[in-house]
Amino acid sequence: MRPAEANHPTTSPRSRSMRGSRLFKKIARRYDLYLMLLLPIAWYLLFQYGPLYGLQIAFKDFNPAKGIVGSKWVGFEHFTRFFDSYYFWRLLWNTISINLFSLLIAFPIPIVLALIIQELPSRGFSKWLQNITYLPHFISIVVIVGMLQLFLSPKSGPVNGLIEAFGGTPIRFLEEAAWFKPIFISSNIWQNMGWQSIMYIAALIGINPQLYEAAKMDGASRLRRIWHISLPGIVPVIVILLILDIGHFMNIGFEKVLLMQNSMNIEASDVISTFVYTTGILKGEYSYTAAIGLFNAVINLALLLLVNRFARKLSETSLW
Amino acid sequence: MINRSGVSSERLFNAVVYALAAIIILLVLYPLLFVVSASVSDPARVLDGGVWLLPKGLTLEAYTNIFHNNEVWIGYRNTIVYTASGTVINIIMTTLAAYPLSRPDLPGRKMLMLLITLTMFFSGGLIPTYLLVKDLGMVDTIWSLVVPGAISTYNLIVMRTYFQSSIPWEIQEAGHIDGCSNWRLLVNIILPLSKPILAVMVLFYAVGHWNSFFNALIYMRDESHYPLQLVLREILMISQSAAVDGNVGLEDKILLAESIKYAIIIVSSLPVWIMYPFVQRHFVTGVMIGSIKG
Repeated sequence: MRPAEANHPTTSPRSRSMRGSRLFKKIARRYDLYLMLLLPIAWYLLFQYGPLYGLQIAFKDFNPAKGIVGSKWVGFEHFTRFFDSYYFWRLLWNTISINLFSLLIAFPIPIVLALIIQELPSRGFSKWLQNITYLPHFISIVVIVGMLQLFLSPKSGPVNGLIEAFGGTPIRFLEEAAWFKPIFISSNIWQNMGWQSIMYIAALIGINPQLYEAAKMDGASRLRRIWHISLPGIVPVIVILLILDIGHFMNIGFEKVLLMQNSMNIEASDVISTFVYTTGILKGEYSYTAAIGLFNAVINLALLLLVNRFARKLSETSLW
Repeated sequence: MINRSGVSSERLFNAVVYALAAIIILLVLYPLLFVVSASVSDPARVLDGGVWLLPKGLTLEAYTNIFHNNEVWIGYRNTIVYTASGTVINIIMTTLAAYPLSRPDLPGRKMLMLLITLTMFFSGGLIPTYLLVKDLGMVDTIWSLVVPGAISTYNLIVMRTYFQSSIPWEIQEAGHIDGCSNWRLLVNIILPLSKPILAVMVLFYAVGHWNSFFNALIYMRDESHYPLQLVLREILMISQSAAVDGNVGLEDKILLAESIKYAIIIVSSLPVWIMYPFVQRHFVTGVMIGSIKG
């Protein structure tokens, strides 16, 4: 389907200026395509590369009156201040642990769900299961956190009602640091497992049915067929989604953490991105928090590159 | 032939799969049913913990309270305006970027795609973006909500993939030979052939706008500009902090807030839930197209 990119100048030794003018001619011939791209390119320059330029305030003492360029350079001062601060380890631990536990616990669940959907003998029931599990994905985060408050309320929530019915004492789930991570992760699973299973379902449908037939002839049980055919068949999708998940490892669910955060659970809910919001935007320490944001983004990128490389070596699947 | 033990293990397997599916459905549906039931129940019964599945003391009081609440109406109106105008901008900008980038004869295409894809993995972050929007004078205006997020790079790639893989290149070449300009090609030939992907894009962007609260939280100062999600957040947060303080004098206020909490969750999610059965298919299509080459 993709036409050969035939008229690309790949012929070798030619003067640079000639090539340049040829490229210019080609752009001129397609000028209307570039006209279409004018607004989007301007937008990318302003709103994606503009903030990258603005990141230099991480190495400056940004003063709104002097502007980004006029502010004084201070080198790595903001970074060292952050690394030396007493909350550095707390922020780092919370950020990493929330995401790591999410990865370990929440990541495999959509795979299991996709297998259940595929193995259900009744097509109708399996469609119902899909449509119902996709639904929570469309509920806003504000509503999810509101529902958590109502659902886990010590007085009127059904969860504590159940605990009391069995003779326990009500737990103030949302105000105890120890409960923050389990609730955060399990409600994420509730909201997203269906949606995340779509890719796996698509991959399972793509597996050659003859493989299953052959295995059946050989007397393989259904569990064995799942283990030896279904799972290996979706490994590439699993690897890609794993890489993508790690690609925003340091940022997962920042808005939800912010909404669930309160003074009683801050010990467990203080993460780098919420700290950037409260200290940067609310308290106006722009340079300091821009530096923290940069630190976060660099770790994230490093993780992504590392995992991508690892995956390419190990399973020959990678993003690029 | 399959022997007897094969048949019974097959049955057992099916039973386990059905049981798991039923448990999952119950776990997903129960919280939703609980909120719906509580929203139409007598608030006092809800506060006592008397409601756990079916409504008790049926009343629509909470809904009439919301109906008379001005903030909710303003929030609703704002959200509709932000969603509609934001989605129009999203669609125009994403199409204008995706179509040229789908053309194999676009000079410098690889370079542009690289520069665009890079922004998915490394960006300036919250603070520089915030300062930029502030410098542009967009704070407290609708522009702060619809312009900084005008293009989602992920959606752009999905749309470009669709243009590349679902519209035969021959049609476009034929158009060129007939002397059709690229603009006319896009408007008269490509877009009519791309209705499925346009539907997907409208839905992705519109749901995103409808549910978003964070940009409004940082850019909107004037309460009359708050979108619904932010109004909702205020109502939920206020009654929670009141509950934490345990102030007795506030009991009536808490009761009122508690009683509308459930209903307001329903009211704010209603448009999305009503549309859901009709458009769910398109969402899935969108994810699948995205999975071809992410």
